[in-house]
Amino acid sequence: MPKLTIDGIEVEVPAGSTILQAAEQAGIEIPRFCYHERLSIAGNCRMCLVEVEKTPPKPIASCGYPVAEGMVVHTDSPMVRKGRRGVMEFLLINHPLDCPICDQGGECDLQDQAMGFGADHSRYDENKRAVPDKNLGPLVKTSMNRCIHCTRCIRFITEVAGVPDLGATARGEHMEVGTYVEKALGSELSGNIIDLCPVGALTSKPYAFVARPWELAKVDSIDVLDAVGTNVRIDARGTEVLRILPRINEDVNEEWLGDKSRFSIDGLKRRRLDRPWVREGGKLRAATWDEAFAAIAAKLKPLPGDRIGAIAGDLVDAESVLALKDLLASLGSTNVDCRQDGARLDASRRDFYCFNTSIAGIEEADAILLVGSNPRREAPVLNARIRKAWLASGLPIGMIGTDGDLTYPVTDLGASATILTDLHAGTGDFAKILAAAKKPMIVVGQGALARPDGSAILAAAWRLAAQVGALSRDWHGFNVLHTAAGRVGALDLGFVPGPNGKTADAMLSGGVDLLWLLGADEFDPSRIAAGTFVVYQGHHGDAGAHRADVILPGAAYTEKSGTYVNTEGRAQRGFMAVYPPGEAREDWTILRAFSAVIGKTLPYDTIDALRKRMEQVNPVFGRIGHLARFGCSDHTGPAGDPSVLSDSPLGSSIRNYYQTDPISRSSPTMAACVDAQSVHSLAAE
Amino acid sequence: MAFLDRTARSLVLGELVAGMALTLRYFFKPKVTINYPYEKGPISPRFKGEHALRRYPNGEERCIACKLCEAICPAQAITIEAEPRDDGSRRTTRYDIDMTKCIYCGLCEEACPVDAIVEGPNFEFATETREELMYNKDKLLANGDRWEPELARRLELDAPYR
Repeated sequence: MPKLTIDGIEVEVPAGSTILQAAEQAGIEIPRFCYHERLSIAGNCRMCLVEVEKTPPKPIASCGYPVAEGMVVHTDSPMVRKGRRGVMEFLLINHPLDCPICDQGGECDLQDQAMGFGADHSRYDENKRAVPDKNLGPLVKTSMNRCIHCTRCIRFITEVAGVPDLGATARGEHMEVGTYVEKALGSELSGNIIDLCPVGALTSKPYAFVARPWELAKVDSIDVLDAVGTNVRIDARGTEVLRILPRINEDVNEEWLGDKSRFSIDGLKRRRLDRPWVREGGKLRAATWDEAFAAIAAKLKPLPGDRIGAIAGDLVDAESVLALKDLLASLGSTNVDCRQDGARLDASRRDFYCFNTSIAGIEEADAILLVGSNPRREAPVLNARIRKAWLASGLPIGMIGTDGDLTYPVTDLGASATILTDLHAGTGDFAKILAAAKKPMIVVGQGALARPDGSAILAAAWRLAAQVGALSRDWHGFNVLHTAAGRVGALDLGFVPGPNGKTADAMLSGGVDLLWLLGADEFDPSRIAAGTFVVYQGHHGDAGAHRADVILPGAAYTEKSGTYVNTEGRAQRGFMAVYPPGEAREDWTILRAFSAVIGKTLPYDTIDALRKRMEQVNPVFGRIGHLARFGCSDHTGPAGDPSVLSDSPLGSSIRNYYQTDPISRSSPTMAACVDAQSVHSLAAE
Repeated sequence: MAFLDRTARSLVLGELVAGMALTLRYFFKPKVTINYPYEKGPISPRFKGEHALRRYPNGEERCIACKLCEAICPAQAITIEAEPRDDGSRRTTRYDIDMTKCIYCGLCEEACPVDAIVEGPNFEFATETREELMYNKDKLLANGDRWEPELARRLELDAPYR
């Protein structure tokens, strides 16, 4: 651990650190454009100049200069100041003075640092460089005149996203960043280059010219469009959500966010349910809350408990799930299910359905087996973590399934589920790799569970995990990768059929007479038996609402304060950014109000009381944001016979990354992405 | 003696004569009032009156929706919404000024990087209803078109001091 002095402050940093990192540790800020702590060091902007004593008398780029014992660094000497002023002048030579029309204006690194280090006028009278703008698809807008060639976007796309679409051509003043051949970016994480760009060269296309950063109200929230539980910040103005940005959470998303989560917000303004509807004579009629409640209550009254059922959807918050479960329990029904896709998840023990290794734990793994899962489409941020682990250690990754298009090399083991048996028997090279690994991970996707032999696959995967040493006292290598943000929370609250309860399949095919759909849309509504009275509570007019007899308008995730448990089992809380539209209400309040109408008043009047009740049901909800990692000492597997595996090919549950839920299906931006990608794949064929 | 003096002055109406003399003097002096609205006093090129949105000589509107005027407005009287126009340029879709909120401080004019929003010489825009004082983009652009020669002249005169 070398010791060095920076501006008179003595710091001790790990060997191999750079001066810039050491200065950060000492609390001294060094300006930079190209350096980013999650990307490789490029050293091409030269803004981070410092002076080091006893070196040749010239400024040194601190981002790429390793520290040494006894080094004395000055970050604010006359030489440094003069050097930075010079660098800033060079950067501004070709940077247009178009801040007033630039979307980065107000949150621009170059703008801020030009205030700090720049001169008040330009000495440059020649013509500025002009570069044609590139078309990078429907998400990222370019203005290449503004580019200062920091290459952060190139490094991100190549290193983190693993889709080397971007590159630089030519050198010096003629250097251009682009895709070589015009095409849309093929990464699910492409939106992050907008955040990384220190100037306004890459900005958000859907957000173009919409707002200025100082106009926006910022609210912390949790993303629900996949099950990673990405920490996000919702930027809203008035009643509109204008953009979503990632928040830094080292344990979950680092600082990345998937494109669907970032750009599908225009779906929040379209196809919304903003008032109750009641079906009369085969047609839906706009109604008041009282009429809607009365219609349900009248239908509900003569029904015995076991003829009433409820299915929770993918985007639901834990609060409304518990309120719905309590409501059904007060009516004497245990017909509740959150597995609308029919996934054979075993809720009897928590580690049967969680991503137990944890997302940060992926970096410790030394072998990964993916079973019927495509993390790139199902959880792009988690996929970036797998890629990070692969880049660091080159760990072997095997895949059982048909999806090969990942951002790291995988060993294709075939598509049949019976390969799990082969691996268990020790046949094949990958079985040896797994057996030799100290910290192997097995990731079971929803594509493997949502099929008739799902429970067999789950049991077989567990058996394999136990055999290869993935289940030990200090390492839990059995993982279920979810795709629905509300699923783990619902499983934690026991939103699965109780004793004699009916599963989602049974409820859909006529097992109940009154079916309450809480945002459940991911099934073919024609499967619902003709005589079933359907109550749809949700925020979008999607599949479920079309079949409904009564529609109760709920709130989307940006419009309510809710708790979500991510695929790891980490409970996280998001807050309300805007009010729900029209007469829509927060979902738990709808259930609470309805319970009073039928005289079975739920015992909580405030969200705090409801959260206390959640904590009683499962203490997980009392530890918001925390995740206790644990090993596995009990090797008893989930229910299911691991020997009855079918031969049909395994595949991811998500075919189309951009449209997986009512919000993203309503989003024109996501539709444009699908178009762009299909043009792309047609051209490839 | 003093008594006699006072009595004599009263009898010859001395105060009255002095007062009438003053009146007569002013009667022949130039007038300080003007015959408003047929006459108007001079105003400075910096006078801050009714707002206008200006155009370039080729007819293109100047405003680029940078929202600096909206940000600086101490009375929060300005509301702007923007989106890319068909040709890809940045323009406002909405530019509203609530003239009842405006305090005529002129900061919007100073913040504007393209001299689009200006406060012109017009101060005669009283209305019969409050609603008419909620100016929208059309109204402001029409103001600009109507007052352009004077607005340009005023900016020119004030330019040396900016």
